Amino acid sequence: MSGASQLVFWFASALAVLSALATVAMRSPIRAAVGLLFHIIALAGMYLVLHAQLLAAIQLIVYAGAVVVLFVFVIMLIGPSAETGLGQRGLLVRAASGGLMALVMGALTFSVIDYAPPMLAGVENCPPGAGAECGQFGGVQALGGILYGSAVLPFELVSVLLLVAILGAIAVARGRSAEEVAERKARKLAGASAGGK
Amino acid sequence: MDFGLGHFIGLASVLFGIGAIGFLVRRNVLIQLMSIELMLNAVNLTLVAINRWMPGNHAGQVFAFFNIAIAAAEAAVGLAIVISVYRLKKSVQSDAVDLLKH
Repeated sequence: MSGASQLVFWFASALAVLSALATVAMRSPIRAAVGLLFHIIALAGMYLVLHAQLLAAIQLIVYAGAVVVLFVFVIMLIGPSAETGLGQRGLLVRAASGGLMALVMGALTFSVIDYAPPMLAGVENCPPGAGAECGQFGGVQALGGILYGSAVLPFELVSVLLLVAILGAIAVARGRSAEEVAERKARKLAGASAGGK
Repeated sequence: MDFGLGHFIGLASVLFGIGAIGFLVRRNVLIQLMSIELMLNAVNLTLVAINRWMPGNHAGQVFAFFNIAIAAAEAAVGLAIVISVYRLKKSVQSDAVDLLKH
């Protein structure tokens, strides 16, 4: 790969790891959300290195534009009590499970880091006499052709999934508060005792 | 220093590990949801990276596209559940969510 993409790769990977650590370690959720935002921007840069231009744009629009904003909105609605400490319950078990996960992921990282298969032709290194589709890899035309071609059924099913998710989110978020539930229960009990007399 | 497919997959496994540790260790539901997003993003990175090294088709990128759509739906429903639980319990600690115990 070229020198520019190497520079982007090392910069984006450092930013991705640091911002992921910030997301996980920050005490305040709003700072964690900002860490998530930087993580998403770093991954979009990584997708550009990987010749996935359309996915980089979608990543920025959907994640940075929708998901992070949704997180920030919920943190704003909940207010100061969204910030919680580490908690004492089961701290030892949690630390042990986190350490175990770190070991497993460290072993996985060291086992794959030297894997360097040859890159197949078809993106930049087009063989002579290749068709017009060579070099279109990852663009709007190539990916859109698949989404409206062989992948049209899952693409339409995703719209149904998103509709169901919207309806489910509305139905779940409309729930009552604890006082309303208690008041309703009391009214029901009063009604039952009045009817029993 | 040149880089190959292993560097991308190694980076993705590091990011997945950070997300998994965050999910296991933290007890703030909002941070746990963000950790799930980190893990989903790490999987997307492996899909796109492997697709770059085998560019005969776009299977990996199409999978990553659907992953992004599903992650958005998951975040919406998860945050709705967080709001609903906060109304009942006035807390976003996942230890406080013990409604089925009582």
